[in-house]
Amino acid sequence: MRSYLEFEKPVADLEGKVQELKILAEGGEAVDVEDEIARLQEKADQALSDIYSRLTPWQKTLVARHPDRPHSLDYINTLISDFTPLAGDRKFSEDCAIIAGFGRFRGQSVAILGQEKGNNTESRLKHNFGMARPEGYRKAVRIMELANRFNIPVVSFVDTAGAYPGIGAEERGQAEAIARSTDMCLGLGVPNISIVIGEGGSGGAIAIATTNHVAMMEHSIYSVISPEAGASILWRDSTRAQDAATNMKITAEDLSSFRVIDEIIKEPIGGAHRAKEIVIDRAGNSIETALSKMAGLSADELKKQRREKFLRIGRELG
Amino acid sequence: MNWINNVVRPKIRSFLEKREIPENLWIKCPETGEMVFHRDLEANQWVVPNSNFHMRLSSKKRLEYFFDQGEYTSIETPEVAVDPLKFRDQRKYVDRLKDAKAKTEMTDSVVVASGKVNGYDMTTAVQDFAFMGGSLGMAAGEAIIRGMEHAVEHKTPFVMFAASGGARMQEGILSLMQLPRTTVTVQMLREAGLPYIVVLTNPTTGGVTASYAMLGDVHIAEPNALIGFAGQRVIEQTIREKLPEGFQRSEYLRDHGMVDMVVHRHELKETISNLCNLLMKREAQLPVLEEKPAEPEASTEVAATP
Repeated sequence: MRSYLEFEKPVADLEGKVQELKILAEGGEAVDVEDEIARLQEKADQALSDIYSRLTPWQKTLVARHPDRPHSLDYINTLISDFTPLAGDRKFSEDCAIIAGFGRFRGQSVAILGQEKGNNTESRLKHNFGMARPEGYRKAVRIMELANRFNIPVVSFVDTAGAYPGIGAEERGQAEAIARSTDMCLGLGVPNISIVIGEGGSGGAIAIATTNHVAMMEHSIYSVISPEAGASILWRDSTRAQDAATNMKITAEDLSSFRVIDEIIKEPIGGAHRAKEIVIDRAGNSIETALSKMAGLSADELKKQRREKFLRIGRELG
Repeated sequence: MNWINNVVRPKIRSFLEKREIPENLWIKCPETGEMVFHRDLEANQWVVPNSNFHMRLSSKKRLEYFFDQGEYTSIETPEVAVDPLKFRDQRKYVDRLKDAKAKTEMTDSVVVASGKVNGYDMTTAVQDFAFMGGSLGMAAGEAIIRGMEHAVEHKTPFVMFAASGGARMQEGILSLMQLPRTTVTVQMLREAGLPYIVVLTNPTTGGVTASYAMLGDVHIAEPNALIGFAGQRVIEQTIREKLPEGFQRSEYLRDHGMVDMVVHRHELKETISNLCNLLMKREAQLPVLEEKPAEPEASTEVAATP
């Protein structure tokens, strides 16, 4: 059963009819149903393509959070062979909101950091809906240190509403953990790349996305604060999330125009959740291209490229 | 109802408040409610004499109290693109900026200066909460970066007086990008072997803590300052329970290992100066030698050379 977003209703209606007819056709002999199915399917495709060619920032937010959207583990399971997850920050605990470990990407050893939201109640709880505590970021630092020492590139999949806001997280230094993770990213002498696959939620995202190459999936979002929280602060009304989403400029296209990100990875019509294999393969190609571009660079050159890239952000805006 | 909330109520409130404190000569201690004469506060670095409550300090006062004889040189900070997002919430961002500039006579929330602290060269950046809540946007980020670069160029320690509600939302992702950007120059300070001292003042929250404010070599907090990543309301809504007493306050952070010490405003200068001298392996600067009344400038020059 496919789940539809509210604005996809015209498509849902049409595809619902197609399903009904298909069931009818299976049971009976009706010949002219075939044509009707084809006609409706074409209409549904057209409606989908119309809707997705002009998604509003708020609609993109909903697509980015779509429950069926491929999450970090989908990317890891498809793109990474011999994946070996490593656990724990060696200080306090394990945090499953960030998956970290080593594996092989198209033959090459890579370190992986991935924020995982989970895809059913059980796994969502396990991964804390992708909202990491300090331990998640400290584990990320640990894995980056290892990668640096063994001269292995780091690939991050970014997908979080933000770092977890809780008493324990604050007590154990959520802010410091995020800051150190960003710090570690900037200190790496190996290439690091990140892809925002769903939500890039503020400091929780930048902690693993301060990378030589930053890509965003076409319908992902990346923002300083969630549209809901932004609305409740700026408009004092969390129901103004749509206005906040529009005003804060959170889409891949916006970020590309500000030269905050380096690449947009196209999604098929209807979003990543309609064609996971295609999307994941495209992400793989993006990773391969980015890594091969940086293959010849020395540790100092990589550090310099990353620092200068971030220092340049905003300086070229008119 | 909205109209009443947004327009009428604030007007009534501001009218009443004006009546309560005529000309702001008497200031109410937020902790005890005691009324204190402004000159007494001024003379006590804006610490309420009886309760020891640390009031917010303007960047100007902060610099004045920090540098020897209150003398310092302002460091020019780069101009940045204004309102690239063309942001508008209840008001236009450009209008908010204009108001903040008029109100504070500052160009943005961070000022950078250099001068002598107990005879030694020092570079510092001060975040001013009066300018849009000390929020971190492109201008503030560039100012901090410039300050840290200046410290590296002149081989001085760098002191960051942080006070901020967090990232400036009206600059969206460009404000978030100040987290990694300022971290780049924190690394440059480290590589240059220069002390980086962070003074956390009330309040220091959000994205600011998730970057340069928590990356100091030493973290000093003023008493009872609110310091934390997530907002208290957000945490309460998430966990659906009351927050513990003193949560996210300076003393709480010290007890949880996030700041090195909580220091009274009167002791800040000496504490920082002592730390820098220890880390840079230099003698404590003596106040001008009694028997040799040479110009203090000259003796400073000699002593400051490593």
